[in-house]
Amino acid sequence: MAENAIGQSVVRREGREKVTGQAKYVDDLSFPGMIFGATVRSSVPRGRIRTISFEGTIPWNEFVIVTAKDVPGKNIVALIEHDQPYLADGMVNHPEEAIVLLAHPDKYLLEEARRHVRIEIDPLPAIFTIEDSLAQKEIVWGKDNVQKSFLIETGNMKDAWTNGHVVVEGAYETGAQEQLYIEPQGMIAVANPADGVTVRGSLQCPFYIHKALIELFALPPEKIRVIQTETGGGFGGKEEYPTIIAGHAALLAWKSGRPVKIIYDRAEDMVATTKRHPSRTKIKTAVDKQGKLTAMNIDFVIDGGAYVTLSPVVLSRGTLHSFGPYACPNVKITSKAVATNTPPHGAFRGFGAPQSLFAIERHMDRVARKVGLSPDEFRRRNFLSDGKTMPTGQIVRDGVDLSALLDRALELSHFHDKRRRFARENTTSAIKKGMGLATFMHGAGFTGSGEAYLASIVAIEATKEGIVRVLTSSTEIGQGKNTVFAQIVAETLRIPIDRIEVTMPDTAIVPNSGPTVASRTAMVVGGLVAEAAKNLKELLKKKDIHFPVKVTAQYQQPKDISFDDKTYRGDAYGTYAWAVYVAEVSVDTVTYEAHVDDFVAVQEIGKVLNPTLASGQIEGGVAQAIGMVLYEKVEWKEGRMVNGQMTNYIMPTSVDVPPIRVFFEGVPYRHSPTGAKGIGELPMDGPAPAILNAIEDAIGVSINKIPCLPEDILEAMERSRA
Amino acid sequence: MITPKNLDEALTLLADRAAGWKPCAGGTDLMVLFEAGKLNHTKFVNIAALTELHGIEERSDAIEIKALTTYTDILKHATIQREFPSLVTAAALTGAVAIQNRGTIGGNIVNASPAADSPPALLAYDAQVELISVKGVRRLAYADFHKGYKQMDLQPGELLKSVLLPRTHAELHHYYRKVGTRRAQAISKVCFCGVVEREDRIKNIRIALGSVAPIPLRARRTETFLIGKQLSSKIIDEAKKIIDQEISPIDDIRSTAKYRRRVTQNLLEEFLCGTGSTN
Amino acid sequence: MPKQIITCTINGQSQRLDAHPMSRLLDVLREHGLTGTKEGCGEGECGACSIFFNGRVVNSCLVPALQAEGATMTTIEGIANGEQLHAVQEAFLKYGGAQCGICTPGMIMAAVALLKEKPNPTEADIREGLAGNLCRCTGYMKIFESVMRVFKGKGTDLEETCPHK
Ligand SMILES: Cc1cc2nc3c(=O)[nH]c(=O)nc-3n(C[C@H](O)[C@H](O)[C@H](O)COP(=O)(O)OP(=O)(O)OC[C@H]3O[C@@H](n4cnc5c(N)ncnc54)[C@H](O)[C@@H]3O)c2cc1C
Ligand code: FES
Ligand code: FES
Repeated sequence: MAENAIGQSVVRREGREKVTGQAKYVDDLSFPGMIFGATVRSSVPRGRIRTISFEGTIPWNEFVIVTAKDVPGKNIVALIEHDQPYLADGMVNHPEEAIVLLAHPDKYLLEEARRHVRIEIDPLPAIFTIEDSLAQKEIVWGKDNVQKSFLIETGNMKDAWTNGHVVVEGAYETGAQEQLYIEPQGMIAVANPADGVTVRGSLQCPFYIHKALIELFALPPEKIRVIQTETGGGFGGKEEYPTIIAGHAALLAWKSGRPVKIIYDRAEDMVATTKRHPSRTKIKTAVDKQGKLTAMNIDFVIDGGAYVTLSPVVLSRGTLHSFGPYACPNVKITSKAVATNTPPHGAFRGFGAPQSLFAIERHMDRVARKVGLSPDEFRRRNFLSDGKTMPTGQIVRDGVDLSALLDRALELSHFHDKRRRFARENTTSAIKKGMGLATFMHGAGFTGSGEAYLASIVAIEATKEGIVRVLTSSTEIGQGKNTVFAQIVAETLRIPIDRIEVTMPDTAIVPNSGPTVASRTAMVVGGLVAEAAKNLKELLKKKDIHFPVKVTAQYQQPKDISFDDKTYRGDAYGTYAWAVYVAEVSVDTVTYEAHVDDFVAVQEIGKVLNPTLASGQIEGGVAQAIGMVLYEKVEWKEGRMVNGQMTNYIMPTSVDVPPIRVFFEGVPYRHSPTGAKGIGELPMDGPAPAILNAIEDAIGVSINKIPCLPEDILEAMERSRA
Repeated sequence: MITPKNLDEALTLLADRAAGWKPCAGGTDLMVLFEAGKLNHTKFVNIAALTELHGIEERSDAIEIKALTTYTDILKHATIQREFPSLVTAAALTGAVAIQNRGTIGGNIVNASPAADSPPALLAYDAQVELISVKGVRRLAYADFHKGYKQMDLQPGELLKSVLLPRTHAELHHYYRKVGTRRAQAISKVCFCGVVEREDRIKNIRIALGSVAPIPLRARRTETFLIGKQLSSKIIDEAKKIIDQEISPIDDIRSTAKYRRRVTQNLLEEFLCGTGSTN
Repeated sequence: MPKQIITCTINGQSQRLDAHPMSRLLDVLREHGLTGTKEGCGEGECGACSIFFNGRVVNSCLVPALQAEGATMTTIEGIANGEQLHAVQEAFLKYGGAQCGICTPGMIMAAVALLKEKPNPTEADIREGLAGNLCRCTGYMKIFESVMRVFKGKGTDLEETCPHK
């Protein structure tokens, strides 16, 4: 059994199906009588719908057509604020907003028909940037365009700027990023008044959809069923958006009485679905003679897009990471999510933290330069450590030693040797090299009282045949949840792993263990799985058991963790993963291309449950972050993405990534039965600042905006020369 | 789409202008456009299997590369590797393996993208092209083939038959550099190919560029200026100014005109400096 | 466009496919039940639709169905020998080459093609050989490792693959 246990690289459970092409993704499924659905969308960013007409020589009578007036329940995507419709009704607030749905058995005719729906819209003025939204150039949401704001304050800011300390100010920007899961979004729905609504598809959060469809159809919960199909990547992109596609497919199925499949093609997926929130951060810091931070003033703003969706939570996480892993007595953080007329920005691996950590980690390098300390030494003097207090009042109790992590990363990357060598060689070479680092943390699990509020439940079932079934709503999206849950149960029950089945989420069968987000699956849900397995073990000790038996476990907030959502004080996260990343970069001064030549990622993530899966998460995240920094740029025109093809939105290929070297330290999390912490999002946070810090080291030019493409490097080099 | 039995049948079909047939070779450009609904044509002649348009022939004066030759075929060809290394580099940097296996040199030329990667190499090697129709075969310098954005000296009913690369015994220095959106599977933002024959002074030089004009461009004025010159930093600076006047790049979703100008100049400098000592 | 019968060989068996001549081979294969071949982009960029076509790896989304007349093709479904996985599949399974799995069939086709062409690839060969196959999950490291392991034939000892213990 040891070979299946926690800490071993057990082979991916559904791996065989994946390597043989047998795994069934949503587009691989078909149902008798199934027809295809398509979405007709707005061509303008903002306006009032005047007329909808169905033109051309299309046999319209063969089509199922759905508009807002066909919605049986509420035409509102139930999430945080109830401001977003499934189908625009009267007003449109962003390009590519869904207005009309069509379905037909012939895909080709359907595509033809989509082009012949004419929607006339009287345009209204629209805004597309954070600055215009803040300036209220046009009010496009609520009273003041502000979808959410936070304030965190500690200490006394007044005297910090005048007492002779070194003050540094900076402004930092990050752009939108497309998740670019390789499987585009898709859903299949079967729906009728007698049986209710069943949707299957590519998704991360079955119970988000379940909750939303109850409202959309005004049906009782037991009449709604959501089933996950094998999911070809999510990265947050399949957190909230699938609810809309599920709703659309279900509306068409409801009206037609036939199963309806909607699969987005790549272009539709790119232009219509969510992306990472663009952000801008202003930071002002003061540092004393000892190189210690004495004051930080941070103003963090994200672009929420036309509707609120998850922006408040993204803003929250971004805000709670904006100060980095540093101690500082006097801190003020203000933050806002503001509306623009672009499609809503949404969940994407890191969830606000990569944006605000980019700002602080670039800023720390700039301050270090100003005070004449090396980037590592300046950080070291300010690190949080056990017993120290974060600006939220949270006292660190992770047993983390950031200084030791830093030492290890410096050594593994030969940071100082290489910096010296590059400084020498750069003077005579057209290719300039540099080293950059970032130190950071990522809060594991839901923010604040989120986990307490979710109160997740998992169940484990044992059958007469000796099969143990793990029932959760956590989705396998490639991260390895099937495998890790099986390992946890195998270890607890001391049974062979092939006797364990990890059930595919189906809301009719599994309890609500919460969404698959926020790096919570292994830590929180995995912990509950371990607990349930223990309960089962106890139960099985009893005599005369009637199989099948089922046990559950439910999340309880640990007594020593509390957070006040009103004042934003307390333990924002039960625990954090901590990391030091080092990038070695070269910049070709002939072409202004930057390339990452080597990448060292050292992190403390609690107990490593499965080394292959864990390092796979880090490598994938680092590559995705390299994309965010050096290649991936969403080109906007009037709120619409205009480079929505893989040809023009450039993600890294196998020749663009450096060797990504991953190292773990493991201090088990005291409140997790397995000792695991969150891991999935962490690798998205560090690469951006580490790479731009390395670029500055290489060419001596400070660039504070990502993405940073060769054209941007050229501009920055010219600006600095001027 | 139909598959003709042989070249004659294909040419007869294509000769019927009213019918509106369009040839399809590897389909790597055509299928993308077709799927995106960007093609007016609905009738296609499948030329992929026409044996008459396959193969590479070595003659004493030239290498003849038939239109349906794929990048993979070019990559593996020993003589091309030896004598026309920049064309091999271009092929190796076109798309990735799956595209190299299907994409043809003929399709690359007739698709007439200003960002295509083989044309700069073909221009720098002073290639000729042969065109064939029911009326017969004609030959012209490849440099005269592209007339304007997506406009060519290709008559309706004509197929590109082959590309001819003239062989030479001269000692050449070859330079090819593609600056794309990433290192592989990328569209060029600037593509530069240069061939130079140099003793003390520059005896002969040809420079061609992609993605900096509506057509793949021969930088003739820069060439003329450089011939007979002894390289110095002053000469290089002047050449950079001239090439900057010859190109007419634009801002688009992949890059900026400014970037393309600057990089073109830098690449010219890198090319010239790599040819031997400057003073 | 009327449909047409296209005769070809897929995974060793001769087949008669009923298809529009300009349909994408990708769709024809998938409608024929071979759903292991995936669509990620439909424009030749991602490689998820990679198959062997007359012995060479191609993007099936860019092949018009008519060109498959008389062709010999292999899809991911034809790579294993019955229950016996191909060495490349085995390696991807063991060394973490597949995460979400959507790029995996295409990636495996490209890797098999690469190893056929270069049985002793360097890391650079592997990187180049797979450059037409995008993976958003793995960051490619475990894919390189999987391909390396195949050629080194380094047995199946999982212990070896855990550099982080
Ligand atoms: C993912 C991807 C990556 C790519 N990367 C690159 C790249 O890096 N560099 C680059 O240069 N190109 C690239 N291309 C473009 C393309 O692969 C090449 O242009 C290819 O050479 C076209 O050849 P084909 O045989 O596929 O042409 P087809 O698509 O069959 O035809 C292209 C055009 O040429 C016409 N045509 C074809 N053959 C003839 C002929 N013999 N006579 C007359 N007309 C003809 C067709 O009617 C059509 O208009 C890429 C394409 C894709 C999809
Ligand atoms: S689907 Fe064919 S390459 Fe992406
Ligand atoms: S494993 Fe998910 S895209 Fe490669």
